[in-house]
This record gives sequence, C-alpha cells and structure tokens, in this order.
Amino acid sequence: MKPAPFDYVRPGSLADALAALSDDPGAKVLAGGQSLVPLLSMRLAAPSTLVDINGLPGLDGVEVTDDGVRVGALARHADVLAHDEAARVQPLLRLALSHVAHPTIRNRGTTVGSIVHADAAAEMPVVLTLLGGSVEVAGPSGTRTVPADELYVGPLESSLAHDEIATSAFFPALAPGARVAFAEIARRHGDYALVGAAALVEGGTVRVGYVSVNDVPVVVDLTGVPVEQMADAALAQLEPAGDIHATADYRAQLVRVLTERVVREATADE
Amino acid sequence: MSEALLDVRLSVNGVVHDLRLPARRLLSDALRHDLGLTGTHVGCEHGVCGACTVLADGRAVRACLMFAVSAVGLELTTVEGLADGDGTLSNVQQAFVECHGLQCGFCTPGFLTTITAGLRENPHPTHEEARDMIAGNLCRCTGYQNIVKAVERAAELGSHERAEGS
Repeated sequence: MKPAPFDYVRPGSLADALAALSDDPGAKVLAGGQSLVPLLSMRLAAPSTLVDINGLPGLDGVEVTDDGVRVGALARHADVLAHDEAARVQPLLRLALSHVAHPTIRNRGTTVGSIVHADAAAEMPVVLTLLGGSVEVAGPSGTRTVPADELYVGPLESSLAHDEIATSAFFPALAPGARVAFAEIARRHGDYALVGAAALVEGGTVRVGYVSVNDVPVVVDLTGVPVEQMADAALAQLEPAGDIHATADYRAQLVRVLTERVVREATADE
Repeated sequence: MSEALLDVRLSVNGVVHDLRLPARRLLSDALRHDLGLTGTHVGCEHGVCGACTVLADGRAVRACLMFAVSAVGLELTTVEGLADGDGTLSNVQQAFVECHGLQCGFCTPGFLTTITAGLRENPHPTHEEARDMIAGNLCRCTGYQNIVKAVERAAELGSHERAEGS
C-alpha cells in the first residue's frame, strides 16, 4: 500500500503552481490529500507529478460578508466548521460539515478540495450545488468563476481543466426567512453517507440536494409538491444505484425517509 | 534509474531532523522507518483506523494520509512526545492506565494523540462528546467503554491540575 513514485513540487506562488501543472499533463494538485493520498496508496491513481499547494500564500482564509462565505483553497474543513460568522450567514455549512468524516480528517482535508474532487458521496459538493454557489478557478489565461451547476460533469469528474486550480469556493448567504436542514444516514458515524439530504426552503420554493444517490451531486426542485408526495416526486428524478454498501432499493427507501425528514425540519414552526 | 530524493526537514517532539526522502514517503513511514519513532502505528494505511494519528501544530492528523515532504514547517508531536521528559505520564496516558483503556495496545498511540488534541479543544466533554471525540479511531479489543472512561478521567485530571495551579 505505497504510492507509485511521482515528482513533487511545492510552489511558493500561484503562478509557479499553474506553470508546474502546465508542464506535466499527468500532474495533480495536492491540497489536504485526505481523498487523494488513499487513492495513491491503493494505486487507483498514479499522477506523474504532485503540485503541493500547501505553501501558497493567502489561500487559507474564510471570508464572511452579508453576501455569503468565501472559503479559500487551503481552509480546512475544521476551520470552516468552527467559524461562527460563517455558520450565522449560511447555517447549512456547519450542519453539513459536522457530517464530513471525522475531526482528524477535517483537520487536514480542505472544503474546496472536496468540492473539486467531485465525489457524489461527499457532502460539500451537494451543499454548493443546492445553494447555487460557485468556484473561483485560476488557469494559464486568467481566472474564471464556475457556477456549481456547471461544475460536475461525471463521477469524480469536474469541469476544471487539467491546468487549472480552484482557489476558493463561494457559498451564498441564507436569504432572510429562508431555512435549511441536513440529515444523512451512514452505517457508522463519520463514514460516507449511504444517503444524505439537504433542504433549502426559500420564499415559496423547496429544493433538496442528495448525497450518494446519483453519480454526481444532484438537486431536485420540489416546489409545490405536498410533503407526503415529495419522496416519490424526488425519486422520479433520481437514479439510486446499488453498491456493496446498500442496494438501490434501500437507497430509494433512504431517499423517502430523508426527503421527508429534511423538508419537515426546514418547514417546521420555529 | 533510482528515485529522486528530496531534502526534508521535520520537527518532531521538539527535535529537528534533516532527512533525504523520496516524495512518496508517507509521514507515518518517515516517522517509523527513517526516525525510528515506532510508537506511531500503521493499521489500515488509508485513513480509516486512526492508529497513525499524530499532532501537527497541535491538531490531530492521520500520518498515513500525508507525505513527509508535506509536513515541512509543521510542529509534529507523536505518542513519544506526550509524556514529560522525565517519563511522567501525561494526564491522558495516566487516565488510560487507571481506566484500563488498552488491551493489546496497537491502537493506543492513535487514541492518546487524538484525545490529547480533543481535550485541548474541549477540556470538559460530556459523555456524548467523549464518545464523539474517539469516533474516528478503531479498537478491536476493548469495546471502547474503558476508553470513553479514560477520556472522562483525563478531563478530570486536567481540571484538577488547573485547579491546583490557579
């Protein structure tokens, strides 16, 4: 269980990091590494170069304004989770982050890294998609903003080019009067969820995002659907798959349970 | 062609070590093989079991999910660094002794480091928080009950120490 050999660079500037990525089509970015290093150790991935961005300045911040929360590429899950202002402006961050692995993993793993790792079994890609957030991306020809709904193109595949680096993610603030809820079911606390669900109730709209159901992060609009019919309406748009952790039927059952649970929580009298 | 070696300076338990390592050397292996600090145990080697947990700038991290080259600039603490210089056990270690918090001992270094960091962050955990603190570490002997007791006992010892010191 040792990684295959790779070249390693630890650039001190974003420009150098981008140059290192451009130099080697087989290069990968290393941030927290909590998903990447196991893949390397199990030799499911074997990049020829690792570009370690942990030495880049100015990327570890969590900036909170009335508009939302901007999370830098080197901010650890634990930093975002502990940020009281971030939790006040967008409560779904803390609700979801407390389900991301264990504290020890959250101490090293980065929120932005999880988002661009694009694992449909991870919480934060769904949170970003549900909230209509975006990722700031730096590349050889400058920076661009990628909306969450254009970020996920397939299993473990984002729309970022090989020579681009996500420098931050932006989570919009919760609108006045809007409500959120998050719940997931895992076999053991801290495991990947068998199914997770996040609800956003805003104005007259009801939307629910699902973790570990489709092979990409997915959000379903359930506006106007009576609560007791929401699960069926959601399942009509979802494709729960079976794997060694749960059958497709069981996942569908969890979708039923969790959809009702998060929607009722987000619409309950306060 | 032999693999390229990099200069890696690691600060472990207050001692600085200069090493020449391949980039792919896991921090857990650098600690054990290159520095001989075999107190850090390697169980699953993919981040699940928690046996290799060390402290990086005081925060618990998995040594098997980091490369040694990435640990440059971090102040690392392994289980060897928990007791005082004269061998006096830390409160967490003492609590494990008193509560029989270990049997075979393989997972123990990871629990000790995890709980040391956990109690710094939350010195007075509830029973539920004590359980949650160790949820990321696996133990196949004890059934966890005595480890939870040890967390609570270590918290007691910690507050006792502070009460005397104040």
